[in-house]
Amino acid sequence: MAISEGRSGRGALLPLRMSQLAGSRGGSLAIFVGKRILWMVPIVFFVILITFVLMHLAPGSPWDRTGGRQLSQAVMNNLNIKYGLDKPETEQFKLYLWNVIHFDFGLSYQYEGKSVVTLIGGGWPYTATIGFLAFLLIVPVGISLGVVAALRQNTRVDYITMGFATFAASFPNFVIGALMVVVFSVVLYKATDGNFFLPSADFGLDSHLIMPVITLSLLPIAYTARLTRASTLDTIRQDFVRTAWAKGLPERLVVIRHILKNSLIPVVTTLGPTFAFLVTGSVIVETVFNIPGIGRAFVVAVSSRDYPMILGTTVLFSVIIAVANLVVDVAYVFIDPRVRLT
Amino acid sequence: MAQPLLQVEDLRTQFFTTRGVVHAVDGVTFHVDAGETLGVVGESGCGKTMTALSILRLLPDPGKIMSGRILFRGKDVTKMTDEEIRDFRGNDVAMIFQDPMTSLNPVTRIGSQIEEAMTAHERFTETLARGRVIELLKRVRVPAAESRVKDYPHQFSGGMRQRAMIAMGLSNEPDLLIADEPTTALDVTVQAQIIQLMKQLNRELNTAMMLITHNMALVASLCQRIIVMYAGRIVEEGPVEQIFKSPQHPYTWSLLRSVPRVDEARKDRLVSIKGLPPDLSHSPPGCKFHPRCPFVIDKCKDEPEPPLGEVATNQVARCWVLMRNVKQDDIDAAKQSALSKEAAEKLKAPTAELGGTIGG
Repeated sequence: MAISEGRSGRGALLPLRMSQLAGSRGGSLAIFVGKRILWMVPIVFFVILITFVLMHLAPGSPWDRTGGRQLSQAVMNNLNIKYGLDKPETEQFKLYLWNVIHFDFGLSYQYEGKSVVTLIGGGWPYTATIGFLAFLLIVPVGISLGVVAALRQNTRVDYITMGFATFAASFPNFVIGALMVVVFSVVLYKATDGNFFLPSADFGLDSHLIMPVITLSLLPIAYTARLTRASTLDTIRQDFVRTAWAKGLPERLVVIRHILKNSLIPVVTTLGPTFAFLVTGSVIVETVFNIPGIGRAFVVAVSSRDYPMILGTTVLFSVIIAVANLVVDVAYVFIDPRVRLT
Repeated sequence: MAQPLLQVEDLRTQFFTTRGVVHAVDGVTFHVDAGETLGVVGESGCGKTMTALSILRLLPDPGKIMSGRILFRGKDVTKMTDEEIRDFRGNDVAMIFQDPMTSLNPVTRIGSQIEEAMTAHERFTETLARGRVIELLKRVRVPAAESRVKDYPHQFSGGMRQRAMIAMGLSNEPDLLIADEPTTALDVTVQAQIIQLMKQLNRELNTAMMLITHNMALVASLCQRIIVMYAGRIVEEGPVEQIFKSPQHPYTWSLLRSVPRVDEARKDRLVSIKGLPPDLSHSPPGCKFHPRCPFVIDKCKDEPEPPLGEVATNQVARCWVLMRNVKQDDIDAAKQSALSKEAAEKLKAPTAELGGTIGG
């Protein structure tokens, strides 16, 4: 009786607080973010479910060895028992979920005794650093190239910029990466007395970053520049830009306050997914430059059926993508007053 | 003779398109006196807006002023440096555009947009400009101006946005305000309010106005003088009452005949002008209106375009025929023939449409 009273009391208070919160813009933003974070729970659940099903539907088992000596049936049975693979799949799924709720992502099958969290914790910093640096390069370079091309439409500046963008977008990562290695690390090796950034056996977070960051950035820079140019050209022809000129504003203010403030809105939308793409790693870039990152670890895990590792990285990726999209949506509130939170 | 505020002489503005050169404004000469309201009328695409944009040198690509002079207080706008033209825009001559929905920056507060119109020029300091914003919004009768300065355009209705545009245009107390179809995008009750407002502001501030429109009622209620444009040329010019009472160019006559009037008994049917305005990259030889003119004679086709001749005191028209020389029978016939095909079909069409809607 006392409990039910307490509950009804709380239930009555809660909507009141919610409505107070919703009254202010900051409050409604907090509610919006809270809701979106709660939504991540079902999202991650379905990501796990789908990955789990696909993983178990795929032929092969973690104990297959390509070439070489196969493990005996007895050893495989023991391994299955050790990692709980002898149980029915639904049982395994429930167990995995239960562990995930307790932030236990299990042990890797490939590396004896190493947990998935340790492996991801070891690899992801490299990937995230490269991705983050690439992002810091892409945003200013891509946007300014696009804006300059648009403001000087159909001039040499425009043609050179867009020519570069087309070039950067058409060359595959591994070609550019390998080309850079050849040019900088082989041909220029003597010229720089061997001091130049080399892809080496032990990759470190230092000048080793330069080439992979550039390789990873080229394509997104090209996309961002093209999108920015298109969007800026579209804005330049808008009536309110003519109004701005008619007021007698200097060119600098027309460009910054009226053109860019509007033309960059669609660009921001794409930056969220771009960021997610960058920090989840690129197998190619990590392979070319011998980076012990998560992108490569993920591909290796898939090919060796390292179930806990596959699930762990997938969960990480899905959370990153969900958070990046949330950040974009929140950013929208600040850059476009027409956006309403619902 | 006092110097007019704005003197446009033989202005030619052309657009260099892939399909040829479009003569958007083709040798236009007119003037605006200080404090005067001048109406510029004509169908869409006759060069009204391009004349206005030429004055501010705001022509869209690939438009260019090819020749002629635009003298503002004796200074030629076409020869101004970039900095001079920047300070001229919005300060000496301000412009209000047709569509208030798209003419305001959607992501900037109304107040800041009006304020920056002032801070762009040296007449007001930043603090002074900020203080004037509310005052201006009150002057154009935006209710609750104190709180609405912080609003964004999407929070304003169409009429309110046009008021904000007018406030912006007037913020530097320009000598001339060019209003390009300021009421076309608004609904009728709001139109009346805006007209009333502009009338009052013209009286109070003595700002000269150049009103570009195809709305004859607007011209009648606001303007003292009127210019009629056709195919990039001025075809008739004169005081408003005189032109409304006795238009001499058949085009002006047709324009006036195509406006419904409520105050008169409906003894006359509306007259539509047959055909479309000419393609300005290939205008017809002779008088440019002759293919559509109901009173056309051979001279109109064979001889070069007639000059702007004086037809009455202060009234000029570019026509060989002139309406006062047309017989009443021909006028009646013109009204009939205009109605017979196109107008008759137009009368049918909406009925059928309506029936369809109700039936569906």
